[in-house]
Amino acid sequence: MMSIGRREFLRIAGTCAVLGLPGIPTPPASAQPSTRFVAASGVRQAKQWAMVVDLDKLTEADRIICVETCHRVHNVPQIDNPRHEIRWIWAESFKRVFQEQTNEFIPSNLLKRAVLVFCNHCGNPPCTRVCPTQATWRREDGIVMMDWHRCIGCRYCMVACPYGSRSFNWQDPRPFIGMANQDFSTRTKGVVEKCTFCAERLDQGLRPACVESCPSGALVFGDLQDEHSEVRQLLASRFSIRRRPGLGTQPEVYYLI
Amino acid sequence: MIVYDKEKIIPGIIIFLLLATLPFWYTFVGGQPSVVPEPQISGPATQCVEPKTYMRNSHTDLLNTWRNEVVRKGNRVYIASDGKEYRISLSNTCMDCHSNKTEFCDACHNYLQIVPDCWNCHIQPEESK
Amino acid sequence: MLENALKGSPKYWGWIGVLMIVIVAGFLFYLRQVEFGLGITGMSRDVNWGFYIAQFTFLVGIAASAVMVVLPYYLHNYIVFGKITILGEFLAISSVVTCILFVTVDLGQPQRAINIILYPSPRSMLFWDMVVLIGYFLLNVVISRVTLDAEGKSISPPGWIRPVIYLSIPWAISIHTVTAFIYCGLGGRSFWLSAILAPRFLASAFASGPALLILLCLLVRKVTRFDPGKEPIQKLALIVTYAMTANVFFILLECFTTFYSGIPEHTIHFRYLFLGVAGADALTPWIWVSVVMGVAGLVLLLVPRLRENEPVLTISCLAVFISLWIDKGLSMVITGFVPSPLGEFTEYTPTIPELTISLGIYAIGALLLTGLFKIGVKVKEETNRPPVLVSKARSG
Repeated sequence: MMSIGRREFLRIAGTCAVLGLPGIPTPPASAQPSTRFVAASGVRQAKQWAMVVDLDKLTEADRIICVETCHRVHNVPQIDNPRHEIRWIWAESFKRVFQEQTNEFIPSNLLKRAVLVFCNHCGNPPCTRVCPTQATWRREDGIVMMDWHRCIGCRYCMVACPYGSRSFNWQDPRPFIGMANQDFSTRTKGVVEKCTFCAERLDQGLRPACVESCPSGALVFGDLQDEHSEVRQLLASRFSIRRRPGLGTQPEVYYLI
Repeated sequence: MIVYDKEKIIPGIIIFLLLATLPFWYTFVGGQPSVVPEPQISGPATQCVEPKTYMRNSHTDLLNTWRNEVVRKGNRVYIASDGKEYRISLSNTCMDCHSNKTEFCDACHNYLQIVPDCWNCHIQPEESK
Repeated sequence: MLENALKGSPKYWGWIGVLMIVIVAGFLFYLRQVEFGLGITGMSRDVNWGFYIAQFTFLVGIAASAVMVVLPYYLHNYIVFGKITILGEFLAISSVVTCILFVTVDLGQPQRAINIILYPSPRSMLFWDMVVLIGYFLLNVVISRVTLDAEGKSISPPGWIRPVIYLSIPWAISIHTVTAFIYCGLGGRSFWLSAILAPRFLASAFASGPALLILLCLLVRKVTRFDPGKEPIQKLALIVTYAMTANVFFILLECFTTFYSGIPEHTIHFRYLFLGVAGADALTPWIWVSVVMGVAGLVLLLVPRLRENEPVLTISCLAVFISLWIDKGLSMVITGFVPSPLGEFTEYTPTIPELTISLGIYAIGALLLTGLFKIGVKVKEETNRPPVLVSKARSG
């Protein structure tokens, strides 16, 4: 015969509940078919993707068209409230983008010149280092990618980014999207998003949307590890700078002065 | 074993067990449920990427695997168990055939009170009437 | 033991009632936040973290401060703290719970929080913060339960609890160091990129935590029959004094490095905080209130006659606590974001929904603290003996 006190009873019940929590494993309902996954044919591949922006060629029309194309293709919402704005690519003045490089004697027309900025897809990215779920990570080919299924919306990557390249969905973006591109998703409230070097277009053998649509051809995209690529030739022939190089992030977006 | 308040405890346990197992014995006593979900397929193909039984049981697993293969590994082509190749896309490949979400997906999901949040991001194709 | 939390005077239940109302209000606003998104807060594309994470940062410090009573008592047999170690541990438990709640309400997709466990990322400081916070919570729950239980029966706690207590000491230091690491390893945020951030966090924690504990002890003496005694409170006051001195010293060190080197990228944040830049000065009144209250509180603490005067001590502890709350719970986090990497001065003001949710979370912490203190004080009132130290083998 057993008489147990209330505390003992609760302890036993609690332990049983915790042990029972995983549940009884059930056998799979049907056999797993044997399947494979492969990359699509005609995928553009590289060892190290990079972008070169020729500031001499960049025009006002480029600013507008490149940004508009990217945001349209990727269903980026157009939110007027600057606090909740979402930008994958946009134009900033030279003075703001290269703060540590400016001095008062640079001609003002150069200082105010528009520079297109977007995610630098750094070689040593601080954002991927801090993500607690690896919802953002650096691919083998250099692209810093986003997994919107896994993002918990902690915004640590935004805090860590030294360039302000990332945006957060502070509310449901859908009311702010005009004609949606059916071939691409929207995102939902509560996740971080940014430029992904058009990974989905590269998988179809296309160039990034901004590069493709740039009227002046100021944006050049290619493989840095391919000596014969246009990006390498440009970088070999002209002087280039990158944003905040002293931080060691190794940005892979190069600006030709 | 001494059970205090036996007159209250034992009937209470029996009533609890009856209520807890209600889903299992109700159909035998109360007859077949009046609503059985019947998803309608309105698309061109006659066969899904995998057999119906597998899809009915494991379409969630399949979609999860598809998601990780595309987003995290960059593999956009699925070679099914019968060797056919499919482009992986919820909105385009799946919904090409299951084009009427209300008649197909929602039929079972609403019955079971499941609200998958795929459509927060993936664009629902326009439904043809 | 637990049933003690469910018995109380009308005033006790009145207090619980007030807390419940605040909690419900906070919860309703949280439902609105889940429905609309984090846009109902004052955060923005430039100021990515705001009130919630600032409270989290401050409360981790409070949680860690329990070590200031645990270490002297258990490691050095400093008997004076025997009456209040349990109160310190209960404060730690309540603080950790509120910390975790603040992080949770800050998430854009909270239902996916399990991803941190499913896909562990050892290079992320947020991952480690989650690990150490949960560990610290479990440690304090086990330690407080076992020691209080033993005290209630007037026996010695089992010997195995001693290594567990020893573990909680470096663990307490680690939780706040990891929290500092969340900030001070980011090259892009020069306001936080300083090795002294972690020592500053610890110093302000060891000032604000014990200050709060003193205020709680004085309150307990007033509303219950348990008197923690004058000596533990005085020793705590001494700890607050030293810790606050260190904290003020560290801040002055930061000011020196920043302004003597004159690097614009660093000075701009300090100038925004203390002076305002280009019309952006929302934080300036707050930081100066913090400075004045902090210095005033410290001066009152430094004079032994005033420190020993308990009404004055109440004021100085309040002043120090509020000063450090403003410093860590408001200015430290926000200033890191202003200006933004592209030189934008986007300011931040918390919204009413944001503040109500935060108050609701604080109310949950207060509720937990009230219940735990009720239990602990009841045991102390009943046994009314000096506490027995843990291991008999060590005595003599």
